[in-house]
Formats: sequence, structure tokens, C-alpha cells
Amino acid sequence: MVSAQSGTGSHPRHAPAKANIIPMAHLLQRVAEDRDKQAFAELFENFAPRIKAYMIRQGADPTTAEELAQETLLTVWRKAALYSETKGSATTWIFTIARNLRIDRLRREVPWQALPEGHHEEAADDPAPDEAVSERERRERVHAVLAELPADQHEVVILSFIDGLSHSEIAEHLDIPLGTVKSRMRLAYQKIRESVEDLR
Amino acid sequence: MKNIKHHPDTSTLMSYAAGGLTEPLGAVVAAHLDLCRHCMDELHIMELIGSTLLERIDPTPVSEHAKTDCSSHHHRRAGTAHPEHPSSKQHSVLHKIIGGRLDDIQWKRLGYGLWHHPIALSPNCKGDLRLLKVAPGLAMPAHSHGGAELTQIIHGRYTDEFGSYSPGDLSDLGDDVEHRPVSDPIEGCICLIASDRRARFKDLLPRLLQPLTGF
Ligand SMILES: [Zn+2]
Repeated sequence: MVSAQSGTGSHPRHAPAKANIIPMAHLLQRVAEDRDKQAFAELFENFAPRIKAYMIRQGADPTTAEELAQETLLTVWRKAALYSETKGSATTWIFTIARNLRIDRLRREVPWQALPEGHHEEAADDPAPDEAVSERERRERVHAVLAELPADQHEVVILSFIDGLSHSEIAEHLDIPLGTVKSRMRLAYQKIRESVEDLR
Repeated sequence: MKNIKHHPDTSTLMSYAAGGLTEPLGAVVAAHLDLCRHCMDELHIMELIGSTLLERIDPTPVSEHAKTDCSSHHHRRAGTAHPEHPSSKQHSVLHKIIGGRLDDIQWKRLGYGLWHHPIALSPNCKGDLRLLKVAPGLAMPAHSHGGAELTQIIHGRYTDEFGSYSPGDLSDLGDDVEHRPVSDPIEGCICLIASDRRARFKDLLPRLLQPLTGF
């Protein structure tokens, strides 16, 4: 289902990030606490088309992509109580659900759910009061760093995170040594990590 | 778990965060993350890359019936299925991977102080995942892995040119790095080993055993 052809290596066309107008975390909380269907509809409205686009970039056909988008949102509905605002960003949590569903589908039902969904349980012990704010700030900084990355580093990050290629597939696709792919990944991450260091 | 000294390479974690590792390699990294707060923190930063990109991806319209389908689906289910709530401590990732307790493993003897327990992968997955048990004080001849290979120490210890590996440590040697591991003289070693290639272990085994058997 994952095809190398979808990886154009070009910069993504940036859609306006209206995701933050109503904080997603608040919608998620309303779903978790009140089973609020209106809040769920808003989450669906915001995320389903993005997840569908993501799945298509990952190599899924449009029908499968839509199914996986639906499945992701249903999982959000079902597991909303497992999400807590103090633990991290709603968007990141939903990304990990989408990513894991895509992996499951490719593998045809893994016997174990190995990928953690972006949480560590101990994290709830000492929730920083401004956690949600810093989470959004972190994503904004990550976005700024991504936009500033040298083209060759940006390219491998997109091919990996959006086009779903493994590092050796990226090496093959770009006709560069595997070690070069890995060092570009390390360099890109180093910058991202530095940018959020003071928010940890 | 404190005192973990050896972690996956940054590029390995990046690939994991993107969902790009093969099933066996992903399983070993997951077993490590289950114990390593340090790597879990790194992973969360890496996942921000994914969510940042997802947030700004060009949306593809979803059909009207998918929407109604989705809401009617959870209406239907709302009556019967209870939403999931955080449960108390679940099984460890390792327990899920090996499908039970380490103590209950039925080891297959390979000879010369080695036992193994292959772990089944999903039908569409390539590579190799197995537990390996090494007798105390066994010295392996120098070898490289010629491909991605990850080793998570479960029990006991081994030592090679790069240091001493204890439970929780993960060895992420580059492709053609040679090493000469020696298992702990008292406890031996049990580890979870993943490789990208199916035939890897079969290829490697005779070479490992050769100096011991003399053929
Ligand atoms: Zn670690």
C-alpha cells in the first residue's frame, strides 16, 4: 500500500493552520467528559480531511484513506477518556492514532499494540499548569524550524513522516547512501530539539 | 528504569516516530521505550514533527456519508460499548511481544550454549524477531550484522568493544560495525534481537558456531 512514487520530495503545500482557533484539546475534553457529539463533529471536521490526505500521501487509495480517517476518529471517540490535556497535545495524540492505524492496516492486525500512543503514564504526576500553552508553542516552533531546514534535510523528513518511506527506501528513492539519510535526520532533529529545549 | 546506558540511534527513533520501522525493529524499540523515559521524551518531540505536518497538510475532502456514517456508528455503539478508561498497570510491552511471561518460554536449543525462541510476525512483515539465550561466559567470534539489527537486553549482561550491556540497554550497531560479544560469566544473557532480513539469523548462526564446532 505504501508506494515510493507518492514521494515527490517537494515541500508540502501549506494549508492555513486554522486548527488552533478552537483548541483541539478542549473539544477532545468535551468528548471525553460529556460524550459531546457537537464537539466530536468539530473534531471530525478538522481532522478527517487531514488524516485522509495523510493516508493518501502514505500510499493508501482514496477509499482506504477515507476508511482509515473514519477509523481514526472513531478511535478518538472511543479512547477520548485516555487522553488528558496535561499529557500533551491533542493533535499529537491524534497523529499517533492515525500513524498506528496505518501501520496496523499495512501489517494486517499486529499481534501486539507496540506503538505507545504518545503518552507516558507517569507524566500525570506533576502536570505543569501551562502545559497546553507550551504544547502549542512547541508545535509552532517545530513548524518554524521545519520551514527553515536546508532543503535536503526537509526532504528526508517529509519523505519519512508524510510519505511513509523507510530510511532505506528514502536512500533508494534519492539515490544517496543510507548513512546520508540518517545523518540528515539527525541534523534535522537536533535543530528541532534545540528549538523546544526551554519548553521541556 | 534508571541506569540505561545504551539507547537507539536518533535516526532509529525518528523512523519509529514516523511509523517507518519494520515490525521486528519497531518491536524492539517499543520494548526499550517501555523502560526508558529518556527515549520516550525524545520520541514525543519527534512526534511533534508528525502532528505539525498533519496540522498543515492540504486537506482532502471527506465524503458526506463518511461523516454521517461516523456519527451514526458511535451512536449505535454508544449504548453497548463503554468508552475506554485508563486502566491500572497493564502488561509490559515485552510481555505483549512474546505473548506471555519470560519464565514460560519454551526455549529451543541451538547447541553450544545458545537457545532461541522465534517470534511470529504479521503476515505482511519481513525480517526476523527472536529471543536469544546465551550461556554464561560464552564468547562469540567477531561478526558484523550487514543490515539493521537491534538488540535489547532482557536479562543478564554482555560486553563488547562498545561497552557493557545490561537489562534495558539497546544495542543499535551500524550496518557493518564488527563486535565480539561475551556473555556475563555468571548470569549469561537473554536478549530480544530484531533484524530487517529474514535470512539474517540463519546466515549468521553457522558463522557464529563455526569456531566453536571447528568446521
Ligand atoms: Zn533509551
